[in-house]
Amino acid sequence: MNYFETDLTKLHNQLVNKEITSVELTEQTIANIKATEPTVDAFITIAEAEALAQAKAIDEQGIDPNSLFSGIPVAIKDNILTKDILTTAGSKMLHNFKPIFDATVVEKLNNAGAIMVGKANMDEFAMGSTSKNSYYKMSKNAWDQTKVPGGSSGGSAAAVASGEVIASLGTDTGGSVRQPAGFNGIVGFKPTYGRVSRWGVIAFASSLDQVGHLTRTVYDNAAMLNVLAGADHRDQTTSTREVPDFTANLNGDIKGMKIALPKEYLGEGVSAGVRETILAAAKQFEALGATVEEVSLPHSKYGVAAYYIIGSAEASSNLQRFDGIRYGFRAEDVKNLNDLYIKTRSQGFGDEVKRRIMLGTFSLSAGAYDAFFKKAAQIRTLLIQDFDNVFKDYDLIIGPSAPSVAFGMDYTPEDPAELYMYDVLTIPSNFAGLPAISVNAGFSEGLPVGLHIIGKAFDENTIYRAAYAFEQTTQLFKQVPNLGGQD
Amino acid sequence: MAETELTREEVRHVAGLAMLEFNDQELDYFKEQLDDIMNLIDILNEVDTTDVPATFTVTENRNVLRADEGINAEQKAELLARAPESENGLIKVPAIINESAGAK
Repeated sequence: MNYFETDLTKLHNQLVNKEITSVELTEQTIANIKATEPTVDAFITIAEAEALAQAKAIDEQGIDPNSLFSGIPVAIKDNILTKDILTTAGSKMLHNFKPIFDATVVEKLNNAGAIMVGKANMDEFAMGSTSKNSYYKMSKNAWDQTKVPGGSSGGSAAAVASGEVIASLGTDTGGSVRQPAGFNGIVGFKPTYGRVSRWGVIAFASSLDQVGHLTRTVYDNAAMLNVLAGADHRDQTTSTREVPDFTANLNGDIKGMKIALPKEYLGEGVSAGVRETILAAAKQFEALGATVEEVSLPHSKYGVAAYYIIGSAEASSNLQRFDGIRYGFRAEDVKNLNDLYIKTRSQGFGDEVKRRIMLGTFSLSAGAYDAFFKKAAQIRTLLIQDFDNVFKDYDLIIGPSAPSVAFGMDYTPEDPAELYMYDVLTIPSNFAGLPAISVNAGFSEGLPVGLHIIGKAFDENTIYRAAYAFEQTTQLFKQVPNLGGQD
Repeated sequence: MAETELTREEVRHVAGLAMLEFNDQELDYFKEQLDDIMNLIDILNEVDTTDVPATFTVTENRNVLRADEGINAEQKAELLARAPESENGLIKVPAIINESAGAK
C-alpha cells in the first residue's frame, strides 16, 4: 500500500481496532517500497527482516492506544545511527559501517512503537542540495523523475512524497530538510536548536545541525515532534525547557497573528512562479485573519557566504574522525600510518566533502582565521540581530523554502557556488537556531513550491498553527504525484 | 582580501593540514573550485564588522554537568568487530614509520 490517502490518526485507529496488524502494514509497505524504488531510488538500505521482526514484536505486545506511532513504518536518513543496520551517511567512507547503538531519535521512535523500514539516501555527509552527492545512488523527485528531489535529505523527502512511508527523519544544517520537503510538496520541519537530541547523528556542523522530520500533513508532523523533542543528557546542547504538546491548538484559527514577509526573500534570484505562489499564500493568511506586512532582513544576502565558511570549518573538524582506523573504509597498500590516514580520506571522501574540508581547514588556518572564520561568525551575529528586530513585532516570518522549484537532474554548474545559492532562504534560521517549516504552497511549472515559515526560538507551536490553518484551507496535501509501479 | 585567490602551494598546504592528497590535475581542479567559492565569500567584506561580537553557538546551555558515576561501557568485542583489522583484542594499524626507514 501507499500512504497517499491516509494519515497517522486514521492508520492508528485501524491498528488499534485490529483492522490491520503492524506486520501486515509493514509487509504491504515494504512491497510498495520495492515497487516504487525503481522510480524514485529513495533508499540506500531496506531493512526488511529487521522491520518485520520489530512489527511482530509490536503486534505481540499489542498496539499502544496512546502512541500514534505504535506499529507505524518510518524511514530514517542514513546519517542517523541505527544499531546493527548499515549507516553510510551516503559516503564510501562508511560503506560497511553498522553502528553499535541507536541514535536518541531512533530510540525515541522505537519506544513509541515505530517500525524502521529503511535508511534514506542523502548527499554525502549531508553536504548538498540535490542528493546527487551520494556515493550510492541518485534519488528522484517524486513529481518528476527528471528533477532532483533536493537535498541533503532527498531520499527522506522522496520516500514520503512518493507514498513509500508516512514519515521520515532527516537532518537540517542549512535547509536540508525544508528544501527537499519544498521540492517534493510535503511538510518538512527543523525544530529550534536544542529541541531535539543529535546524539547518534553523524555530525556535520555542530552549531547548526538539527534533526528534522518529514510528513504528508502538518498534524502528523507536529505529532512526530511530540515523540522526538526533549532534553538528552548525551547531547549537552539539548534544552531543558518544557516540551509542549505540539498538536495542541491546531484548530485553523490564526486571527490576529502577525506575519512578516521580508522583501529580501522574494528578491533577486527568486523565480517569478515561486514569488507569485508565495504572494498568493500571503493573501491566504490575510484571508484567514492574520496580518502580513513587508519587513527587511538586511543581512540575508550574506548568509550563504558566512554559512559556507562556518559550516565547512565545523565540518573539517568533525570529519577528522574518519581516518580508517576504527571503523569504515580503510585504504590498502599504504606505507605507514600517516599514509593510511591520507589515502583513506582521499579515497573515501567524495569531491563535495573534500571541497568543504579544504575550505573549512583554510578558514581555520593561521593567517586566515580572522578574515574568514571570525568574520563569518560576526556576520552570523548580524543575521541573528535581523531576526531579533523583526520578532519584536511579529509572530512569524514567511517566504519560499527555495528560490525555484526542483531543477533538472543533469544541472551541474561548473561553479559550485551556484548550487550553494539554493540554500539562501533556509540558512539564516540555522544560524539563529530558529524553528522553521516548509509546507506545500502550490505549483509552478508543474512542480511544488515550498512555503517557508520561521518562528521564534522554542515557539514551534505558532508555526504549526499557521501551517495547519494554511494546509486545511488549501487542501494541497490531497494532491499527489503519479508514479508507476505502485499498487 | 578582495578577490582572494589561493596559490597552488597554499592549496597543497591546506590539503596537507586536512590529510588529503591531490595529484596535479586534482590540485588544479580544487584550486579553481576554491577560487570560485572565495569569490562568493568576498561579499562579506562589504560589511563593517568592527566591534560586532562573533557568534559560535546559539545554545542557551552553559557547563552542563552529569553525576560523577561509573558506568559499564564494556563494548570491546562489538567495537573491535567494526575495525578494518584487529589482532589479539587490539586494532591493527600499519607501522607508524616507513618500514624501510625503521629497518635502518
